[in-house]
Amino acid sequence: MNNMIGLIYGVAHVLPEDPWCLVDDDQPLDSISSPIISYVRWQALRETSEGDELSCGVRLGPDDDPETVAPWLDTLPLIALEFPSFRDGRAYTQANLLRTRYGYKGDLRATGDVLRDQLGLMRHCGFSSFAVREDKSVTEALKGLFGFDMIYARSATSPEPLFRRRGLKS
Amino acid sequence: MYRYDEYDHALVQARVAQFRDQVARRLSGELSEEEFLPLRLQNGVYLQRHAYMLRVAIPYGTLSSNQLRALAQIAEGYDRGYGHFTTRQNIQFNWIELEQVPDILQLLAEHEMHAIQTSGNCVRNITTEAFAGVAGDELIDPRPLAEILRQWSTVNPEFLFLPRKFKIAISSSEMDRAAIRAHDIGLYLYKDEQGEMLLRVMVGGGLGRTPILNEMIREALPWQHLLTYVEAVLRVYNRYGRRDNKYKARIKILVKALGVEAFAQEVEREWEQIRDGVAELTTEEYARVAHDFQAPDYERIDAIDPDFGAWLARDPAFSVWVQNNTRPHKVPGYSSVILSTKPGASAPPGDVTAEQMRVVADLAEKYGFGEIRVAHEQNLVLPDIRKRDLYALWKALRGQNLATPNIGLLTDVIACPGGDYCSLASTRSLPVARAIQQRFDNLDFLHDLGELSLNISGCVNACGHHHIGNIGILGVDKNGEEFFQITIGGAQGKESSIGKVIGPAFRAEEVPEAIDRLLSVYLSYREVEERFVDTVRRIGIAPFKEGVYQRETARGEASE
Repeated sequence: MNNMIGLIYGVAHVLPEDPWCLVDDDQPLDSISSPIISYVRWQALRETSEGDELSCGVRLGPDDDPETVAPWLDTLPLIALEFPSFRDGRAYTQANLLRTRYGYKGDLRATGDVLRDQLGLMRHCGFSSFAVREDKSVTEALKGLFGFDMIYARSATSPEPLFRRRGLKS
Repeated sequence: MYRYDEYDHALVQARVAQFRDQVARRLSGELSEEEFLPLRLQNGVYLQRHAYMLRVAIPYGTLSSNQLRALAQIAEGYDRGYGHFTTRQNIQFNWIELEQVPDILQLLAEHEMHAIQTSGNCVRNITTEAFAGVAGDELIDPRPLAEILRQWSTVNPEFLFLPRKFKIAISSSEMDRAAIRAHDIGLYLYKDEQGEMLLRVMVGGGLGRTPILNEMIREALPWQHLLTYVEAVLRVYNRYGRRDNKYKARIKILVKALGVEAFAQEVEREWEQIRDGVAELTTEEYARVAHDFQAPDYERIDAIDPDFGAWLARDPAFSVWVQNNTRPHKVPGYSSVILSTKPGASAPPGDVTAEQMRVVADLAEKYGFGEIRVAHEQNLVLPDIRKRDLYALWKALRGQNLATPNIGLLTDVIACPGGDYCSLASTRSLPVARAIQQRFDNLDFLHDLGELSLNISGCVNACGHHHIGNIGILGVDKNGEEFFQITIGGAQGKESSIGKVIGPAFRAEEVPEAIDRLLSVYLSYREVEERFVDTVRRIGIAPFKEGVYQRETARGEASE
């Protein structure tokens, strides 16, 4: 995918050569090395092929329950969640659940209406790569991950709420 | 009151820097208005009819004298010399330049204030009642938990893009003075037999187009679970709340669609997953926050002050004010004083000038402990005043036009800013408020009417809470003309109810006459000491309807 930002050892970088590619259900997979496919297609592939699905990422729509992919998380290299609009916050909850409840360790990618001013929130909720909207500058967007980042509550990246840490200062 | 520590300071400062950058990017065109909109809303900036409006958060309605002076400075330096206090205990400045907002936020940050999440589809200012910590009928001071909730909900990354706005109120008094049942989450705080703090959690209230009182989903929740339980409610809402239609997006619609029991089960299921983790509150954290809300050094004084008694006897105007505008305090010899921001036609409800703010700040220091509260009814409160100082305070307040003895009476109108300012409003609510205040300015008559709330909203968004006014007035636009629909029987507090429409809407100039007729019906039917709302409950709306729309009939009945 183009216009990518990824976290490398927790630090945000522009990823000039990202191998992943969002693939529609009616698009053939032949020539694509790292496709991101729908969960339905991924399930079908898992049942019919011998391991082809292992090189695929899965995308979930905002209405999909992340619990449905929970049994396969160890084998999924990437999960893409969609922001149909940057004002639609469902993917924050999906990401948070994938990380904190179901223990997903792979790459969690934000796709759709992904903009600079929400990247910090996305990272808190567990996203590790960000497909910035095509018409935006990815280098400008990168700044969204260096700046205001404080929260009081816990998040996927800071599992202890501030009140647990406040008491520890000497 | 709560004092910022290094984290709180660092957070608001970083937030100011972030918004300064966002404003610069908007002004340079790098951010489109569409992209900027939620960012500015979450920093309290609305675009109104004539200018930007900035809504500053006043957490649970508590201000220090210095904070109030900072608000006066903003009113004078960046606005037209006044501010407007809202029903959710915040203050709005109506004539703001976008370019200046970062500087205003900086000034606020220096005074331990902010405008974070005073708008937008996120958790808004946590509210409680103006007499928290001092009310005679209070069970537990709700402010420490309100502050804990404020912190938890501030920039909580999972819940900043909810389907719609989300309002939480907490109360712990016999009379609920925080309108908790009209909130997305209403929390009632009480104690069990062992003295442990418990919460009753009510979800799905809200006014607007579809007025609904919230319903209980959890009784006796130990306070340690406050944050996890609210988190569970918000997560269920964020996942399943409607996003296809703005008018169906509040949590009340989800609760109604699922049914309160199914909704409660969904919340419980979610809560079971998170309840005993690190987000469970600790006694240490409660103690840390509660420390800032310790009672001030009250003097040990007699409940009865002879000088105070003498002034009461000597000065009837003072006596009327004391009766109407002061409330019992839990400490003997003290009272809480309500400053009416509704002097009548001379100022819109909730509007306070910079000069008034400064005088109030000084009076709070001179006679109290330097603390001021904002009431849900848009008035100000000085919570801790010695009875022996009431007379001097009253004189000073009179000089500032803040001593109108009409608290809880017909002219203590709640009103939204309406079409004079707001771009959402379909009608102008302030001229109607003014006309009513003008018509009913006889204090003896108002006192004879007794307790009566009158709430006005300029459109169906219901910011003036017309649904829960004993008399509610809703402005509606019909083919470009302003009309006003009247409801009666609404109430907030322990016996909350939604008012009922009495009939066809009126033109603005007909409203005072219609109110007059409603009052005539009340006066002819009321029993001894019966409040307006109780008369409505007893006899129903039919006699009022008749009285308003067929005057002759009503008169006939009244004379029988």
